[in-house]
Amino acid sequence: MNIQPVILWTDALIFALLVGVLVLAWGISRHEHLRAPWGVVARRPMAMGAALVLSVFVVIGLLDSLHYREKLAGSQADKPHYSVEVLSAFDALVGTLRTQHEKTYSAPLAMQLYAKEFVEHDGVTRREYPRLQFGGAHLDDAASRMPDITRRSAVGLAQGLALSLLLFGVLAGWQAHRTQVSLGEWLARWGEGRLGWPGRTVVGVLTLLLLLAGVLVHLATAYHVFGTDKVGQDVLYISLKSIRTGLVIGTLTTLVTLPLAISLGIAAGYFRGWVDDVIQYVYTVLNSIPGVLLIAAAVLIVQVYIESNPDLFDNAAARADVRLLALCLIMGMTSWTGLARLLRGEALKLSTLDYVDAARAFGVSHTRIISRHIFPNVFHLVLIAIVLDFSGLVLAEAVLSYVGVGVDPSMHSWGNMINGARLELAREPAVWWQLGAAFAFMFTLVLAANLFADGVRDAFDPRMGSRR
Amino acid sequence: MAAARKDNRLMLAYLLRRLLYAIPILIGVNLLTFALFFVVNTPDDMARLQLGAKHVTPEAIGRWKVEHGYDKPLLLNSAAEGSAQFTDTIFFQHSAAMFAFEFGKGDDGRDIGNEIKKRMGPSLAIALPVFVIGLLVNITFALLMVFFRATYLDLWGVVGCVVLMSISGLFYIIAGQYFIASLWKLLPISGFSGGIDGLPFILLPVLVSVVAGIGGGARWYRTIFIEEIGKDYVRTARSKGLSEVRVLFRHVLKNGMIPILTGAVVVIPTLFMGSLITESFFGIPGLGSYTIDAIQAQDFAVVRAMVFLGSVLYIVGLILTDLSYSWVDPRVRLQ
Amino acid sequence: MSELLRVDQLVTEIGGARIVDGVSFEVAAGETYALLGESGCGKSMTALSLMRLLPDGGRVVSGTVQLNGEAVLALPESEMRRVRGGGMAMIFQEPMLALNPVIKVGEQIAEALVLHQGLRGQPMQDAARALLDAVGVPDAARRLDSYPFELSGGLRQRVMIAMALAGQPKLLIADEPTTALDVTIQAQVLDVLRHLRAERRMGMLLITHDLGVVAENADRVGVMYAGELVEEGARDVFFATPQHPYSRMLFDALPRPGDGGRLTTIPGQVPRLDEALHGCRFAPRCPFAIARCRLESPLWQEINGQRVRCHLAGTLPLRMLQQAGEHSIPAQSAQRLLQVDGLKVHFPVRRGLIQRTVGYVRAVDDVSLSIQAGHTLALVGESGCGKTTVGKALLRLIEPTAGSVALNGETLGTHNLSSLRRQMQMVFQDPFSSLNPRMRVADILLEGMDALKVGKAGDRRDAVAKLLQQVGLPDDAGGRYPHAFSGGQRQRIAIARALAISPRLLICDEPTSALDVSVQAQILNLLKDLQDRLGLAYLFITHNLAVVDYLAHAVAVMYLGRIVEHGAAADVLRAPRHPYTLALVSAVPRIEPHSGESIIRLAGDQPSPLNPPTGCHFHPRCRHASAVCRQTYPDQTDLGSGHWVRCHWVAGQV
Repeated sequence: MNIQPVILWTDALIFALLVGVLVLAWGISRHEHLRAPWGVVARRPMAMGAALVLSVFVVIGLLDSLHYREKLAGSQADKPHYSVEVLSAFDALVGTLRTQHEKTYSAPLAMQLYAKEFVEHDGVTRREYPRLQFGGAHLDDAASRMPDITRRSAVGLAQGLALSLLLFGVLAGWQAHRTQVSLGEWLARWGEGRLGWPGRTVVGVLTLLLLLAGVLVHLATAYHVFGTDKVGQDVLYISLKSIRTGLVIGTLTTLVTLPLAISLGIAAGYFRGWVDDVIQYVYTVLNSIPGVLLIAAAVLIVQVYIESNPDLFDNAAARADVRLLALCLIMGMTSWTGLARLLRGEALKLSTLDYVDAARAFGVSHTRIISRHIFPNVFHLVLIAIVLDFSGLVLAEAVLSYVGVGVDPSMHSWGNMINGARLELAREPAVWWQLGAAFAFMFTLVLAANLFADGVRDAFDPRMGSRR
Repeated sequence: MAAARKDNRLMLAYLLRRLLYAIPILIGVNLLTFALFFVVNTPDDMARLQLGAKHVTPEAIGRWKVEHGYDKPLLLNSAAEGSAQFTDTIFFQHSAAMFAFEFGKGDDGRDIGNEIKKRMGPSLAIALPVFVIGLLVNITFALLMVFFRATYLDLWGVVGCVVLMSISGLFYIIAGQYFIASLWKLLPISGFSGGIDGLPFILLPVLVSVVAGIGGGARWYRTIFIEEIGKDYVRTARSKGLSEVRVLFRHVLKNGMIPILTGAVVVIPTLFMGSLITESFFGIPGLGSYTIDAIQAQDFAVVRAMVFLGSVLYIVGLILTDLSYSWVDPRVRLQ
Repeated sequence: MSELLRVDQLVTEIGGARIVDGVSFEVAAGETYALLGESGCGKSMTALSLMRLLPDGGRVVSGTVQLNGEAVLALPESEMRRVRGGGMAMIFQEPMLALNPVIKVGEQIAEALVLHQGLRGQPMQDAARALLDAVGVPDAARRLDSYPFELSGGLRQRVMIAMALAGQPKLLIADEPTTALDVTIQAQVLDVLRHLRAERRMGMLLITHDLGVVAENADRVGVMYAGELVEEGARDVFFATPQHPYSRMLFDALPRPGDGGRLTTIPGQVPRLDEALHGCRFAPRCPFAIARCRLESPLWQEINGQRVRCHLAGTLPLRMLQQAGEHSIPAQSAQRLLQVDGLKVHFPVRRGLIQRTVGYVRAVDDVSLSIQAGHTLALVGESGCGKTTVGKALLRLIEPTAGSVALNGETLGTHNLSSLRRQMQMVFQDPFSSLNPRMRVADILLEGMDALKVGKAGDRRDAVAKLLQQVGLPDDAGGRYPHAFSGGQRQRIAIARALAISPRLLICDEPTSALDVSVQAQILNLLKDLQDRLGLAYLFITHNLAVVDYLAHAVAVMYLGRIVEHGAAADVLRAPRHPYTLALVSAVPRIEPHSGESIIRLAGDQPSPLNPPTGCHFHPRCRHASAVCRQTYPDQTDLGSGHWVRCHWVAGQV
């Protein structure tokens, strides 16, 4: 074995979540009335396009969650030593993107460094922009850069187009066969949007993604597409690595607090009386503390704990990971109150309905009433809350990192990228690419999530609009 | 007249009851912060963090604790006499004292209470215009979308809102500063000054904050209005022959303002706290930047004070919300 | 009579469904034209099409509407606003929802006055007050400053009418104007409408599902079914000889006094309107349908001034086949099943700084009743009288404040709740909120058996199949979810759920009031069959006296938390003694012309149970009230054979 798998806390939770989602999806697909609203989602072009984009992010995030350590070259077979650096399947996939460091800043697609340096040329020292070690290193002179970029882009576009045409052909053939119509008829239906699902949008978005991927692959092998950062790391690589952080924060935060929000919210609404009073008291107290301050206080405490117990973590990645998980927990602790309050109100309403009275008339136990009558009827609210909260949490990460209570500074995240580069805009010329890349990635993910969430919300509860 | 007086008396009793309810909540907040700052995280830990790894010696920690007044027992001082057993403790002097708004001194040696007084003004100078202008702008956009509902204008308006919502708040600030201040030099990039001279400093942060809030705000208000417009009384209003504009502005707006206003009222007191990010980026000497500096400097005394202040203001907001309900909604008024 | 409104071939679609399909009719000035039909037949949508107030997604596809010769559908929107409120005005069903909750009623009326009469200032105030006076709102000047929530349902509907009158319309469209109101209030409001129409010579388009309301108020009647008008004629002729099979079946589905036999039901369901329809739309449900009915849509035929769309019109037998059924009145087994004594349910009202109890809402105040095995006791009263609370308190869904409940001689308390639950179950009013949408029908039926451990676990599945059959549902129903069923079918499921544990007493809380007449007939038949077969006893809680007459052996009339009259059904309904019962019975709109007896109209509304009037609760509304009524609550006065009342006036007569 040349590698040793490393399972970080968040990895375990992410894959547990994945399994949970798959089981849930399997369960839903077997019940017609549970499947119906998802069918509505699937018929919305915007939601489906967004879902495709989201799935790209999710795949990258999942690949980036398969962690391992490489065996050190010099170690013996029976007593292997492993590198302290924790890598992921994603790192292995992108290969050189991770390792090709420049000295410092360089602009997107540049072949020279951002800053002038003293360079020795044939014995003469001159102050000029030195060539990059990797970006555009294959070029002979500056004049051949633009043609090279154009050529590579064109090849990438062509390959992307070819691949998407191929996929489209397969799709058309398969669908035509499945629905028992001729290929021409299927294509006509597709063209007129009469498929019953948003075929044009799906194919369009997929093509767009493939074109983009084609261009990126061809350019990224020879250039730093989004430039490099202060220490010369490829910004594209950092941005891609940040996806996992964003996804973890967006999903685990809500997830770890769901049990709390659901149990307390339903209990307060169903039992009323003193149970309600106590739970309301707890969440009013938590709510009354300004969110950022509570998070800040808790994060500072976790930080103290981590720093005073360094021996608990065997490497930097594990330490950063625990801090990420702690951040999720803390953000969850401060945000469960919203969902709990919503569920309380709904449980209050449901518990006065006749079917609950009918169950009580049979002497059905409270736990059974809650599990069979209340919970299944508020589940859609939980789902909507999960998807709606996701984008807000991704955005919040950036703000918290700015405040200094976000993820570990060593961790790749859009917040850290923004925090690290925001002062460089004042330079002349401005270093904009790191900020730009972080904002662009974040925007794409959040927009896709928001559009998808809109579709889910409308499908599950058209009257839910009033909750932000 | 008698009815009005009875109303007033009911209102007073109601207000008193709400204030009584607030006390246990504030005690809860106080205990929670006490637990977070002194129990989970002992003063020794704080000292170690503050002093940095190199300077940690038991003497240094002891000295630090004495300087900050953290050298006393947490809850019960068995060494003291009489009531001092309870008063001469960290809990009494640092947590319970906050009920009297005695916040002590920050790490920089300045009195926190004075700082709060001094910094509330600048915070308010930004937050208040943002709140008022934001409310007006969002309601206007929402009404526009509702007026053109089910047309492309509405559809793209909603999509536009989602796009605006999806942009990070930091982007609005950074882009605003870069383009408007650095590149085009229309307004100063940051800073603050009192009086009328301060206006140029206020404009940019206010503009940026309002724009950043449009997406979420307008979309939320739109859904409120859309829900109202589906109600029966709107059909009745139309059946009288009223024009769509009048239906919208008189009937729908009046009902829709109930959730909007009451939702907005709760944040009014917290306007004093200012905005962490905006104030920090624009160099506004308000409570927001004070807080963020404290967090970054790990000045626990200030953070604690701000937590307490924040929750007091939030609870005031809750009480104001209840009052505003009875003010805007006649159905609540008489119950 | 001059023609006021002419509707010609009106077609309205909502999202692909033709909910109004080729409807034509006329309304003359000073005439009331009733559009009669069951829910979903398109009668309300016809009205909204006239006003051009269709909900989003709805549009008039073709046809013309002329009001005083003006083509309404062709008007530009700005002109249409003049017609709305000015030419024709509309009253809606639910007066609480139809008035703007945050605007004073005076201002809401004034809006129309400004718009259509150009009044301002003091003249406008005076006109608004005059309007409220005209619709019989007491203390009109003060009421102008009220908000809708401060008014009772009846007053709200009067305000609604005043608002509609403010534009001096030629045509008043009343869409189920009294459906949401209690029967005594309904009588008041219908009086107001009748009176105003005559006084102002307005035309009125009355939309209703209630044959009784039509009989007492309409001049001409049009019957709608599945988006089409199927029959039209003058009221008297229509009620004497309805020609369309659907109209006839509607009549036969109505429970009638003293009939006892089975009610006619209309099998099947209204066809879906978003599909292409061939032939007569009623053919699939019509017992007389011939091949031609399924192929060819019938044209209008005229028979004695009545118009009808039926191929077989005029050839049908005059009296429909009554499904002959014997309703055996169970032998007078004097076995008392349920005995309730002194039941009280008081809800505390808390106020003030420390939320101390300042009073009680006496929802149920000292109610005693008994039911014999296999018998039906009807508990009758208007909304808010506490009758539902009685039902829930018996099952201990609401904890009673005082009183004892004995079943089969065994006094029930918290210690033997399961015994109570084994013998007593409930059927609820709204079949949509009484079934959990996330549970399969089989699971719904199993719930009670599982909870009370009825039978062996293995046998319970078989029991489900038997239950489904018992209530007339298909065998495969168990695997489906409630949303796959219609309202009537859902109510069958709810009945099956209650029957699952083989109770001896069913508490039926308005089980048919959310259903159409034809579906109500099915449920009533089912309940009667079950009683015959299983010997069930019913506590039937309702406000519908016709249903009581049909089903009940004994009746208890409730007013403000107390029973004011009790006795055998025939005695109480045919010879009521308490002034309240008298008024209640006489307020019910009847199909048969009133035989000379004057209709008693009650003044005012039912008072709040928080603060009931001193003495007899009914005295403020009673025309026989005397000094003693204002001071002491009357004792029970026995009139023989179990008939008793609580009334000083009656006591004085005996």
